[in-house]
Formats: sequence, C-alpha cells, structure tokens
Amino acid sequence: MKYIESKILANQRITDDIFVLKVAYKEDDVNAGQFFMLKSWDSELTLMRPISVFKAEEDALWFMYRTVGQGTRKMAELKRGGRIRLLGPCGNGYPCGEIKGRVAVVGGGVGIPPLCHTSKLLHEQGTTVDAYLGYRDEPFALEDFEPWCTDIFVSTEHGEEGYRGFVTDLLHPEQYDVVITCGPEVMMRKVAAMCAEKDVTCYCSLEHRMACGIGACLGCSIRTKNGMKRVCKDGPVFQSTDLMW
Amino acid sequence: MDKIVNLSVEVAGVPFKNPLIAASGTFGFGEEYNELYDVGCLGGISSKGLTLHPKDGNDGIRVWETASGMMNSVGLQNPGVEAFVESGIAGMRRFGNVLIANMGGHSMEDYTTGASLLSDADIDMLELNISCPNVKSGGMAFGIKAEVAREVVSEVRKVCRKPLIVKLSPNAENIVEMALACEAAGADALSLVNTFQAMAIDLHKRKPVFNNVYAGLSGAAIKPIALRMVHSVCKQVHIPVIGIGGIYTAEDVLEFVMAGAAAVQIGTVNFNNPLAGRDILDALVELCQREGIADINEVRGIC
Repeated sequence: MKYIESKILANQRITDDIFVLKVAYKEDDVNAGQFFMLKSWDSELTLMRPISVFKAEEDALWFMYRTVGQGTRKMAELKRGGRIRLLGPCGNGYPCGEIKGRVAVVGGGVGIPPLCHTSKLLHEQGTTVDAYLGYRDEPFALEDFEPWCTDIFVSTEHGEEGYRGFVTDLLHPEQYDVVITCGPEVMMRKVAAMCAEKDVTCYCSLEHRMACGIGACLGCSIRTKNGMKRVCKDGPVFQSTDLMW
Repeated sequence: MDKIVNLSVEVAGVPFKNPLIAASGTFGFGEEYNELYDVGCLGGISSKGLTLHPKDGNDGIRVWETASGMMNSVGLQNPGVEAFVESGIAGMRRFGNVLIANMGGHSMEDYTTGASLLSDADIDMLELNISCPNVKSGGMAFGIKAEVAREVVSEVRKVCRKPLIVKLSPNAENIVEMALACEAAGADALSLVNTFQAMAIDLHKRKPVFNNVYAGLSGAAIKPIALRMVHSVCKQVHIPVIGIGGIYTAEDVLEFVMAGAAAVQIGTVNFNNPLAGRDILDALVELCQREGIADINEVRGIC
C-alpha cells in the first residue's frame, strides 16, 4: 500500500452519470476486489473517496465511478494530463486463490466495475466465469467483461437491454461453485440468500463511507458474526455467512 | 547550510522530540499509518480512546464530510484497557516515541479502575478523555460542568501514577473554568479541544444522518475557535497545554505554539493526507528556518 500522486491518462463520461478514469500506475499488483482512496483536491474536501479498481494494466489503473456527491462531481471535472492522488491498494479483496471450479459474478450498478478486474484474474487462473450484470437503464462496460467471461447475462429495470427486471431473476446459484457479488445491498442480500438456500459459497463486497481507508479510524466498522470488522481493512469482501443482514 | 532548528519540547516532564502528536481516534494504535511512513518520527501518539471494557461503538453512519471538516460518531469502539495492556502497548512501543494512552469512561469507577490498570502498564502518559460527544451515558457529561470534571480528575489523580493529561471538550460551559478546575484537581497537562457537538440532516431521507442525532465536528472549520480556546486557557493555567483542532499545516502548528501550546495533536488531517504527520514535520523545520526561529520554544505564548 502506498500513497502516490499520479497522472490522469483519461477521464470520460460513458453514461449520464458514470465516468471512467484511467491513471498511470506502476506500483503494487492489485488483487480482485481491492480499492483505492482517491482525491483530486487539496483540503477543499476533507476525505478521500474509496473507489474500486475496474481494470488494472501493467502501467495503468482504471476506475469507474458514478457522480453522486461533492467528491465524485469534482473527479468528473478532471482532465487528461491532470494529477490525482491515490492511496492503496486497500482492503482484502476476493480470495481468488481459494476459488475453484465455476464462478458467477453478480453485479449491480457501480458494483459492476470491480467484477471486471475480478473476472480477469479468475479467468487467468483458469476459472470459468459467468457474469450477471444488472443495470438501472443503460448498460456499460459489457465489452470489458467479454474477454474473461463465458456467458454474460444482462438485465435492465425497464427492459432497455437484455432481461427486464432484476439480474437475480436470471441466477441459478446451484450451477456454480462460488458466487461473487457486488452492488446495492438489497441485491447482495438476495444473492446471499439464494446461495445459502443452495449451499453455495458466496462472497460479498461491501460499500461504506470511509475516512482513513486503512483501518485506523473505525469509521466504517460493521457488526459481523465474528465481531466488529472494518470494511476498509478486514473487508470490503466478506463471506456472506459472516454478515448480519 | 540550513540552520538547525530545535523542535524538542517538554510536556509535564516528558520530553518529546517534536511537538507533533497523532490525535486519539484518528490514528488507531499507529500500526496502519506505520505502513505508509515511519510514525516514530512524530513526537508521540495518543492511542485510540480506550474504555475499561471493550466497546463495539455506534451503529449507522460514523463519518460524514462537512464544509472544511468532517463529523464522526464512532462511539469509542475499542478493545478495552486490558487487551490494550496485553497486546496493544508492545506494538506502539516499537515506534520509539511518546506513548500516550487515551481513556474515556461511563462512570467514576470505570475511570479510576482503568487509570489504575494503565498506571501499572508501560505507558508514558495518560490522556483522560472527559470530552467524547458520542457516547450517550457519560463521556462528555464529565466534560461540561467544571465541578463534575473536578471530581473525576481528583479521583483519577489519586490512582494515576503517570503524568496525567486531561482532554477538554469545547462544549464545556466555560472552557477556562473547566481548565482551572482540572488543574486544581491535579492534572499535569491539558489537551484541547475535542470535537464540537454538531448535527447533520439527510434531507432526502428527512432524518438525522447519525443514529445518535448529534456527532462531533472536527477539521479546518474549527481551527480558529480551537486556537482562541487554547489561547484563553494558556493565559490562565500554569500547566502545559496541548493544542488540538483543525491543525493541517506547519503554519497552524506555529500559531498554536504562539497561542501558548506546548505541543499539538493532529487528527482529521491524517484522513486528508495520510502522510500528514511526516509532511507537517518536514514543513515545520523549513518554516522555522524561514521565520528565523532556532528553537520552537522561543515563540511559545508570545501572542
């Protein structure tokens, strides 16, 4: 984990409120599901913003984010050639080494991007990956999943593309050895419950407000069956059976 | 050649190699930040706020960005004094700087039992937290009224065999009276200020952001008020004061020293810049050189 300043290679809007940011990066390898604390300001805003890794290349990192508040709106103004600060890689990430057989990645909204990097790492270790991607309206990043996934199932809430409804309607956990999910809590709870019913291992990646991002401030602690855990350091990935929801 | 600047200070007989102390609650027990830089470069570290028994802390949102600052409602999540003594202290010791154990309480008995246990442990100083706004039953209750604070500090003083710092709340009815009461009750030093009790509302949800409704405000937004409080307290007490409140830069550090602070704590800035401790220290040396200050102690209390 390092705190570095880096150069912005691209920052583009890809849907109404989703942006993709590419930054130069030659530091540590990034595990599946890890994230960085980002900031493109000095002290106008106090806190850095946790954003998960969408894609990792040899000399660049890609982040995908939705403009939801002050921080992400400031990030949306960034231009190629500008500078951004990164703290990371943060968190535990998915335990790819322990994952064998067939895997389903189930994502919703801005929970989808980290599953792309995850799919790539799983594919590279010889794991078969299917993606279940649920969007509100306009799909994004589909082409980025294609090289790593055998099948890709898409849903939109109003049927703009793919299945009309929730992506969990398409999932049959019993077809998989492991299910990995990231997205809105309501979706992950549904996925976790479906997996529990079929006795399939399920990993969830949680989103949380954070201050330090490295496990010091306890601003993102949650109750789990194994006691209080820091989402930024002990997570963001938890086995669904450890969560209390 | 750059002139050598003396940054070493003394607080209640304890030597610090420089006046920067990591503030309680923002820095854990130092371990995480030590992965980013050698936190031993700081003058000292004040531990995460301990309580006699382990605490899970508060449910719901715990941190919230505000204009030039942030609010928190962590609620003293900590492993308890015993676990800290058994396994936390050794980790902090290896940094080689001043080890301050910060401790809060819910009752007089919690405070005295905890202080007694910590007095037998390998710590350099005890920072008594009578100012946490985020625990319902007590905490800040001890830090509002001077006569209540006087009582708790007196009782802790009887069992505390380490230099005793009392951390004051800016929510005290009268900060100077509070400071004088703690001094009279036997405090060796004071640290101020803790966070200001504040509120945030989520207008879309039409309810308060924090489960506890009120939470603690920190960061640059509070610095001028904290500076005023440190200044007024320093004018009245005869024990050293550690300045806290929105210190982000080397300039801020010097201002607090000029207001009378013997040392300072940096908290919220660690979230804005995880290398803040090291960066502020480097900048402080340069700033003193530029300002022609050979010894930081020269400018203490000149304002």
